This record gives sequence, C-alpha cells and structure tokens, in this order.
Amino acid sequence: MADNLSPEKREEHWKKTSKLMWTIMFWWFVFSFGVHFFAVQLNQIVILGFPLGFYMAAQGSLIAFVVLCFWNASAQNRIDEEFGVAED
Amino acid sequence: MAYEVGKGGFLANLGKVYGGYTGGFIGFTILLAILEQMGVSNQVIGYAFVFLTIGVYAYIGILSRTAELSEYYVAGRAVPAFYNGMATGADWMSAASFISMAGGLYLAGYANLGYVLGWTGGYVLVAILLAPYLRKFGQFTVPDFLGTRYEGNTARVCGVIVLFSASFTYIVAQCFGIGIITSRFIGIPFEAAIFVGLLGILVCSMLGGMRAVTWTQVAQYIILIIAYLVPVIWLSTKKYGVPIPELTYGQALASIAELEKTLGVVRPHAAAFVDNAGKFSWNEFHNFWALILCLMVGTASLPHVLMRYFTTPSVKEARESVGWSIFFIFLLYFTAPAYAAFCKLEVYQNVIGQPIASLPAWVQNWSQVGGLLTIRDANSDGILQLAEFVINQDIIVLAMPEIAGLPYVISGLVAAGGLAAALSTADGLLLAIANALSHDIYYKMIDPKASTLRRLMVSRALLVIVAILGAAVAGTRPSGIIQMVAWAFSLAAAGLFAPLVLGIWWKRTTSTGAIVGMMAGFGVCLYYLVMTRYFDMPLWFGIRNISSALFGLPVAFIVTWAVSLVTTPPSKEMQDFVDSIRTPSGAVRNAEALH
Repeated sequence: MADNLSPEKREEHWKKTSKLMWTIMFWWFVFSFGVHFFAVQLNQIVILGFPLGFYMAAQGSLIAFVVLCFWNASAQNRIDEEFGVAED
Repeated sequence: MAYEVGKGGFLANLGKVYGGYTGGFIGFTILLAILEQMGVSNQVIGYAFVFLTIGVYAYIGILSRTAELSEYYVAGRAVPAFYNGMATGADWMSAASFISMAGGLYLAGYANLGYVLGWTGGYVLVAILLAPYLRKFGQFTVPDFLGTRYEGNTARVCGVIVLFSASFTYIVAQCFGIGIITSRFIGIPFEAAIFVGLLGILVCSMLGGMRAVTWTQVAQYIILIIAYLVPVIWLSTKKYGVPIPELTYGQALASIAELEKTLGVVRPHAAAFVDNAGKFSWNEFHNFWALILCLMVGTASLPHVLMRYFTTPSVKEARESVGWSIFFIFLLYFTAPAYAAFCKLEVYQNVIGQPIASLPAWVQNWSQVGGLLTIRDANSDGILQLAEFVINQDIIVLAMPEIAGLPYVISGLVAAGGLAAALSTADGLLLAIANALSHDIYYKMIDPKASTLRRLMVSRALLVIVAILGAAVAGTRPSGIIQMVAWAFSLAAAGLFAPLVLGIWWKRTTSTGAIVGMMAGFGVCLYYLVMTRYFDMPLWFGIRNISSALFGLPVAFIVTWAVSLVTTPPSKEMQDFVDSIRTPSGAVRNAEALH
C-alpha cells in the first residue's frame, strides 16, 4: 500500500516519474515542433514521391506520438512496480 | 434491474459483441450494394444508412440505461483500455475531422497539416501530465478536481464557466455538421435536419449517461473508421494496385508536383510556410506553430476528452488507454492527406483542361448542389481552367466515392460515417456540460442532500435543455465548422490547462493563484477572440484568432505562478492529497474531507 510508503521512497518514485515525464516531453517537443522547423529543407529530399518535410508532418510525427504514448505507459508501469506502488 | 443480469456477460464478451456488430454492419452494406444493383433508388439507400445507424445507437443507448450514479457519470469505471481508446476516438473525431480536414488539406496543402499534428500530439500531453492522475483522483468531473485541489466552490465555478464556454462552442459546430449531413442525405431543410439529429444525440445519452455514451461511441468508431477507409483504399488499389493509400499517395504527390508546373500553380501542395503567392512567409510560419500549440494544449484541456479517462478500471489502464486512443485516431488522421492528394490529382488530371461539356460525372453531380462546386467559363473558351474551378472544402470526403467511381452505396456509407463522427462528439460534449451543471453546480452547491433519483433527473433535464440551445444557435449558422472547433480548443487551453497541470505537478500552487491565473488566461483569450472577430481589432503579431490561446496560455501560467508565490502555501493536508494522487496505489487522502 502506498500509505505505508516512506517519504523518501515516495520522493524517489516521483523523481523517476518526473524524469520520465520530461524525457517524453522532450521527444514530444522534437516531433511537434523541432522536426518541422526544417520542413523547407527536408522537403528537398523526396522518398517514394513524399517530400520528407511533408511526410514528417503528415505521418512521421504521428507515428512518433503513438509510440511515445505506449512507451510512457510501459515505462511508468515499470517504475510503479519497482516501488511497489502499482495497483493490485 | 434487467441490465444487471446481462452486465457481467456483456463486459466479458466485448470482443464477440463488437465483432458480431462489425460483421453485421459489413453484411448490411453488402446487402444494400446488391439491392442497388437490383435497381433500388439512391434515396432509399441514403435513408437506410441514416436511420438504421441512428436506430442502432438508440438501441444501445436504451439497453445501457441506468439508475446508478457511478454508471451514469463514469460508466461504472469498468471500460477496458482498448475499448475506452475506441470510444475516445469517436468522442474526439468530429465533423471537423471527418468531413472538413481532408478538404482543408486539399485547399491549403502543407499549411493545414497543422491540424493533423495538433489534433494528435496533444494526447502525449494527456498521457504524461494528466490522465493517470485524474483517474487516481477518481471523482466524476473535471471541475470536481479543481474544487477539491483549490479548496472550494470558487475554483469549481470558474472551472464550470470555462468548460461551458469551450464545450458549448464545440457543440454548436457539431450540430451544424449534423444538419449538413442529415439535410443532404434525407433531403429535408437544414433547420429541421438539426433537430432530427438532435433526437439521435439524446436517445444515446439521456437514459444511460456515460455508460450509454461509451458503448455507442465504440459502435460509432467502428462505423466511422470503415466509412473513412473504404473509398480511399479502393481508389489506391485502382490507381496504384496497392491497397495502402498511406504509402501510395507519395506517387500522387509526385504527379501533383509535376502537374503544378505545367498548370502554373503558384502555391505548391507540399511547400511549407508559403503565402498565396508561393513565397516563404514569416506570418505563415508563426501561425503554423501557434495553431499546433493551441490545438495540442486544447486537447489536453477539453473536459469531454479528459472525462473519458475517469472510466477505466485502473490508473494503469488509463495510461494504456491514452495509447489506444491516439492509435485509433491516428488511423484516420494519417489517411486524411491521402484523400486530399488523390482528389487533387484527379482534378488536375481529369477535370482541369478538359472541355466543359465532357467533364467527369461527379463534377456534374456536385455542381448541381447549391454553391459547393462551381464551374464558370470566365474566358468562354469551352475549356476548364484552374481558376474557373472552385470546390468547397466540406465536399472532398463526401464526394470521394463518386470521384473513385464507386457505387452509391459507398456514398451512403460515408454519410453514415460522418454522422457517427458528429453524433459521438456531440454526445460526449453534451454529457460533459450536463454533468458539470448537475453534479458541480446543482449537487455540490445548490442541494447537497439531493437523492440519486433527483440528481439523475436534473442531469437529464439539463441534457435536453443544453441540446436544444446548441441546436438553436447552430440554426443561425454562426461560423464555419473548423473555425468554431478551433475556438473551443483555445478557450479550454487558456482556461483549464494551467490549473490542472500545476495542481498535480507543482504543490506550491495555491487556490488564489490558480483561480486568478485561470480567469486571467481565459479572459485574455476570450478578449482577443471576441475583439478580433466582432470588433475588427487588428491581430496581435498577425496571429489568427483560431490560435488565441497563444496569448491566454502564458498569462495563465505566469499569473498562477506569481500569485501562488505571494499567497500562503497550501496546507500539509493538501500536500498529502497531491502526493496521494501521484501514486497509483493507495487511497486518495482527504479528497472528500477537505471541504
């Protein structure tokens, strides 16, 4: 039970959780904004007919978002289990 | 109660139930296709799709009726992550996504990919910042959280005000979309069609609240995704021999780029940040980022989305459910640009430069529907030039089956899909508003001793009132669908994001800080929106008012932060409460005892 968690453990759990949050947030920022900053340059590269800048905004970033959400779910799960605060 | 008997059975057999339902729907579509070949008229097919699907939703709505509070408000917290993901997909994807998005991409190309990005990336924020913690908190509504964390009814009322403004703007846009589809496919006037659609919304939500809305939304997701994918997969197979449009439209983009040169198009489809003359524009550049940010943060602030994560059985499933939500949304969003590209290629190849007398049949058909597609032979040479062809963004998806040369039954299918998208979102929004008014205002503030029966009655009455109000406002045709929807996102983002996120992630946030910050952010956003829209105020830094949260959002954060620092820090009990929602296991401490 979490109620028995010592303040130190609780703090450490939250530290790890926050670290994961910032990591995911970083990649979120990269795929939401960072990549598309270079859309004009990326568009010079064409793969299978797709200008790369267009492709990233139409598909690439979206795939990254899906992966980020599932990655977050499983990584946070591991953290919770490590600290014994996962639900029964 | 009758449903209790079947309840366990239903939840244990979700796969079978919805698998059978999907099979049944496909069978129904094939049956209509056969009937069409045997000479049944288009009108009958249109009717069959509209009324049969609404009938099914109503049936699910009635089966899911409930008299229990937790079933009514949060579907008994029994919705598995996967199905909650589907329900969220339908809840999320509205008339704007289904009908207008691909059309916007057709017209504006790269610039409108801001919508595709903005309406998906926000789920990452939901997953990491909010969903699991709101689920752990475990009450009924989003204002509930504000009222508990910021100790009192002031915060609760502010939350309800923002929720109402954003959700109501959004619901008007949905009623508008429902009106367009219903009037086109069953041939009645727009104003009457809105009210027919309204009945469709109310039968789903009124008797069973969140539980009924959840299970109809799953059914609606299945229909809308089939309807969206079938025509474009068909076209991809026909043109390129591969049934994966998301891969093959690269070839279409390449052909478009070639044709743009010969046709003299000044604004290329795939070019980023260009103005109408095809030149790089800083203004377009800024607006692209502003829109993405506002839509993403808005996603993470809209109560009808957040409340879906109150319904999962656990915190862990709430997190997984966000993953499934974005996956199901992604299936439609990464297909939308293919729609736009195929349609554009078809127009460039087979419409432009042709003699006006011998245009493809779909052009002829749609130019007869008032004002949505116009062909004007400006120089009277009998040949159609690019500038002489004007197409409305809302008909690209609806006209796709005809562009692909598919039987009319597919048009009916697409109409059913569009209707499913608009109805499901309207239901979610309506419930969010009615729950906030009945639970947060009526029960928590006016009559805390109200019986369960009375609370449910009040909620149902409010549901009807809000629905009628929404439809009435939509009847006045206040603005375009996409624009109204984008406003709703900005209002929610400016008002709710800061108090929700800071309430969980920064213990030092005080009640006064949150309340003042929330109202300041929301106020700035609303001021900018109203002044630029109705009083011709010049745009600040050229940022369009669909992104007005760009100004409200930082104000909300800065004011909350500054005011929090000068007011008394939250009590030890409040800090314990925050600690307890940050950990998945264990009880939520003092959530109720606090006030």
